[in-house]
Amino acid sequence: MTQRLVVIGNGMAGARTVEEILARSKNRKENRNEVGGEGRIPDGNEVGGEGRNPNRNEVRGEGREPGEGRSAEREARRSGEGGGDGGFVVTMFGDEPYGNYNRIMLSNLLAGVEDEAGIFLNDLGWYADNGITLHSGTRIERIDRTAKLVYAADGTATPYDKLIIATGSSSWTPPIKNINNPKRGYHQGVFAFRTLDDTRGMIRYARDHERAVVIGGGLLGLEAARGLQNHVSEVTLLHAMGHLMNVQLDERAGTMLKDSVESRLGIKVVLNAMTTEILGKDRVTGVKLADGTVIDADVIVVAAGIRPNTRVAADSGLTVERGIVVDDQMRAIGEDDIYVVGECAQHRGEMYGLVAPLWEQAKVLADHITGSDPDAAYRGSKLHTKLKVAGIDVAAMGLKEPETDDDEVIVYSEPKKGLYKQIIIRDGALVGATLVGDNSKAAGLIQAFDRGEPLPDVRAELLFDLGGAKAEVTPGEMPDDAQVCNCNGVSKGAICGVVDGGCRTVSGVMDRTRAGKGCGTCKPLVQRIVEWAAGGEAEEDPAASWYVPGVPMPKPELMAVIRRYELKSVSSVFDKLVPGGEHDAKSKMGLASLLKMMWADEYVDERDARFINDRVHANIQRDGTFSVVPQMKGGVTTPDQLRRIADVADKYGVPMVKLTGGQRIDLLGVPKEQLPAMWADLDMPSGYAYAKSFRTVKTCVGSDYCRFGVGDSTALGIALEERYQGLEGPGKMKLAVTGCPRNCAEAYVKDLGVVAIDGGRWEIYVGGAAGAHIRKGDLLTTVGTADEVIRLTGRFLQYYRENANWLERTYTFVPRVGIDRIREIVVDDSDGIAQALDAAVEEAVQAYQDPWKERAVPATPGQFRTSLPLTVLPQVPVRA
Amino acid sequence: MRNLGPVDDIPLGEGRTYAVGDDMIAVFHLRTGEVRAVSAVCPHKGGPLADGQIDNRVVVCPLHLYAWDLATGCSQSGQPAIDVYPVRVDDGQLILGV
Repeated sequence: MTQRLVVIGNGMAGARTVEEILARSKNRKENRNEVGGEGRIPDGNEVGGEGRNPNRNEVRGEGREPGEGRSAEREARRSGEGGGDGGFVVTMFGDEPYGNYNRIMLSNLLAGVEDEAGIFLNDLGWYADNGITLHSGTRIERIDRTAKLVYAADGTATPYDKLIIATGSSSWTPPIKNINNPKRGYHQGVFAFRTLDDTRGMIRYARDHERAVVIGGGLLGLEAARGLQNHVSEVTLLHAMGHLMNVQLDERAGTMLKDSVESRLGIKVVLNAMTTEILGKDRVTGVKLADGTVIDADVIVVAAGIRPNTRVAADSGLTVERGIVVDDQMRAIGEDDIYVVGECAQHRGEMYGLVAPLWEQAKVLADHITGSDPDAAYRGSKLHTKLKVAGIDVAAMGLKEPETDDDEVIVYSEPKKGLYKQIIIRDGALVGATLVGDNSKAAGLIQAFDRGEPLPDVRAELLFDLGGAKAEVTPGEMPDDAQVCNCNGVSKGAICGVVDGGCRTVSGVMDRTRAGKGCGTCKPLVQRIVEWAAGGEAEEDPAASWYVPGVPMPKPELMAVIRRYELKSVSSVFDKLVPGGEHDAKSKMGLASLLKMMWADEYVDERDARFINDRVHANIQRDGTFSVVPQMKGGVTTPDQLRRIADVADKYGVPMVKLTGGQRIDLLGVPKEQLPAMWADLDMPSGYAYAKSFRTVKTCVGSDYCRFGVGDSTALGIALEERYQGLEGPGKMKLAVTGCPRNCAEAYVKDLGVVAIDGGRWEIYVGGAAGAHIRKGDLLTTVGTADEVIRLTGRFLQYYRENANWLERTYTFVPRVGIDRIREIVVDDSDGIAQALDAAVEEAVQAYQDPWKERAVPATPGQFRTSLPLTVLPQVPVRA
Repeated sequence: MRNLGPVDDIPLGEGRTYAVGDDMIAVFHLRTGEVRAVSAVCPHKGGPLADGQIDNRVVVCPLHLYAWDLATGCSQSGQPAIDVYPVRVDDGQLILGV
C-alpha cells in the first residue's frame, strides 16, 4: 500500500532522509522485478511505460518546470502504480523559499569562494523527478496526531500516514538591548548567520560599510568573521567565553587559534566580551560591552549559537526536552508514525549539530520507515570535526580535556607556528584529540577514535609522520596480493587463506606462511592482518610468552627448573620438562644457547642441538657453501694477516673476498669439507660471524692518528673484543667504539656503543640498531676509564644474556625493560646483583675456546662431510 | 637394497647425505635410535636438508627454516612434499631399500 509521507523541514536533514528513503524504495522495486515474482520480464518495464525506469522519468519530466501541482499529480500516479510495494508519496514543507542547499557552504558564499548555484544540493527539478510535492516558504504550525494532519500557517491541512520532523535549528539571539527593532525584527545593520537570506542580506549591506563586529567566537562566528573580511576592512570578533571555540577546544588550543586568527588573518579578537547594547538609532553605529567599552561598527553579525526548532513539536504534545526526544529508531517517544531527524532531535540525551551524525540518523530512519531493516537502530555518534576554520586547520574529537588522573595526555605545542596537537588516551584507546594548524594526521586519529583501534607504542606516531616507518594501512584497505613479508614473499591473501583455514593464532600463521620470520619488522602488520581476517577474534597464543616454542614456560621459570633439576643438556630439558617428552627441532638452538650461558664449561654439548653454523663454525650460504671470517679485532689488521688471507684465498680458489660491515674480511663460497684445512692455513681465531653471539667491535681510527679523536677507540675496541669474543647470547651482539662524537664507528646504533668525549671520558650507549630496525641506543652512563667501560660492558651483556628472550635483540630488550631500570641494575647495583653478573661473565670468558682449533680431529663423524655431493660448486658466480 | 655403511657414521640427532645412483638422499639418525631417509635437497631453494636440525618428527631446512615431516615427507609450511625412502638398521649397518 502506498503511504503518504509528510516531511516538515526542507533542510539538509529532511532532504537527505528523503533521499535515503527513495534509494531504498527504488532498490525494493528493482529487486522485486528482478526475481520475476510477478512474471514480468525486466525489459518489459521499458516498453511497458510503467515509469519505473529512471531514464524514462527524465524524458517524461521534460523541462523540469516547477509546476508543482502537475508534477505532483503525475508522480503521485506513478508511485500509486507501484501499489503494494510499500512506496511513499512524499510531501515536504520548507520555511525557506528555496530547494535544498548546503548550509555549511554559506561561509564560502560569504567569503566569495562559492556562488549561490554552487551550494544547492537539490534544485526544484529533483523534487519533480522524484514525485515530491514541495511547499517551500510554508511554515507548519501544528500537528494533529490523532487525525494525522499537519496544519500550515496558511490554514491548509495535509494528511499523513508517516511524518518526519526535520525542523533543524535557528540562530539564537542573546538578550542585548536594542538588538531588535520592533517594526522589522533585527535592527538595521544586524544580521544572523544561518540562512541563505541572512547571507545575502549581509553581503548586500556590508558592501557599503567598513567596520564589522561578529558576536560569537565559535565555529560559525569565526567563519562569519573570515567571510566578512572579504567585504569590509575591519572585523572585530567578540566572544563571551575565555577562549575561542570553547565547545570543541581546550584553552591552549583556543589561545593558539586566537593568535593565528589575529596575526595571520588580521581579525581583532576580544575575549570575555559580554555585549550589552547595540548603539545607534536608525542604523547601527557600534556595540557596548559590559565593561563599558564601545566598539564602533556599522555591520553586526550575531553568531552566538543555535537553538533547535521544537515549538511545533511541543505545541503538538510531543516530548520535548532540549530537543524532541527520540528512540533508537528515530521515532518521537511513544509515536509509531512520527520520526524526528537532525539538529532538532535529542537522542539518549545528546543533540548533534554536525553532518556526520545526521547522515547516520537518516540511514537508520530510512531503514526503519521503509521496512528494509526493521531492526535498524541508531546508537549515537562519536563526534569528530575536521575542518578549516577561517583558513586554519582545526580537528577535534571526543574529550577536549582529560577527565581522570589516569588519562594519558600527550601535547605538542609550537606557538610561533600556530601548531597545537593534543591527544588523550584512556586504557590504550584514543578518547580525545585536538589539532590546530595541521590536520595531516587527523584522518588516522579519527579512525582510531571511531573504531577504538589499538594505538602505536610510540605515541608520537599519532601526531607526526616519523621518518622510516611507512604510514600504517589498515588490513581492509590492502589488496590481496599486497606483499606483507618482504623477506619471505608472503602476501596478505596468503595470510588470510591460512586464517580462513582455521589457524587463528599469530604464531601459527607465521609458522605456516613464514611471514614475519625474516627480519621480523612486518610482525605487527601480520598480527593486524590475522586479527582483521579473524574478525577481531584472533586467539591468544599461549606459546607467545615461552622462551622457545617446544618447552611450555617463560625464560625465568625455565631457568629456575633447569637449575633445580641440574639439566645440562638439551635432550634432558625435553625429557624432563616437556609433557610427553617430545623433542622439538626449532627449540634446540635456543636451549643450547641458554644452557651454555647457564652452565659454561659444565654444559653437556650435544652437537645435534647446534645449528649447522655452530657445528662447523661458519655461516651457511644459499648454495650450501660457507663463509669464513677470521677475527680482526677492532678492525685492525697487519700486512702479515692480509698476506695469509690472500694466500688462502688463492690456494682454495675462494670465489669471493669481501669486506664486511663489521670491519673484517669475508671469504665466501667455501665448501664445508675445506673448512678445517683453511683454518689451519689461516691460523687465525674465528671471527664468530655465524653465531648468536658477540660478533665484533667496530672502531674508528681513534686518537693515534685522527685529528679529532679524543679517546683511543681502537685500543679499547681491541680490548673489548679480546675479552668478550665468542660470548653466546639470545641474539647477536654487535659493538663499536668511536673516538669522538662524530661517530665514525656508528656507536650510537650498536647493541653496545662507546663514544669518547672530551675530558678523557666515555659514554656507553645500549640498545641501538641499524639493520631492519633502526634505533639510536640509550645512554647507559658516562665513565672515566677504559677499564670501567670493559667492566660495565660485561655486566650489561650478562644481564642481557640472562634476561632477554631467545632472538630478542637489545633494541627490543632495552626498551622493554627500560633504560632507567637497566641503569639501576647495571650501573647503580640497586638489586645487589652486579657482583654475580661480573662473576658469571668472567666464567664465560674463561670457558672460551677458539672453535677453529677444532680441526685436527672432527668433533663428530663426518662433521665436515659435504651435504650436497653431486652439486657442482660454486653456484654463486665468481666475480673478477 | 643398498648398504650405506655403519649407522655410527651419523651422530645421534644429525643427518648425512649419501649419493645413491643419481639420487641424493639425506639419512637422519633420530635420538630414539631409529633412522629416516628423505631426498637431500630442499624443494624451496635447494638447501642441504642433511645440514638441518631435526627432532623425532621433522627436519628443518637450514636456509629458510621450512619444516618437513620425516615420516611422510609432507611440508608443515605449505611447500611441496619431499621424497621419503625406506631405510633401516641391520646389525649396525644402514640399509636403504629402494
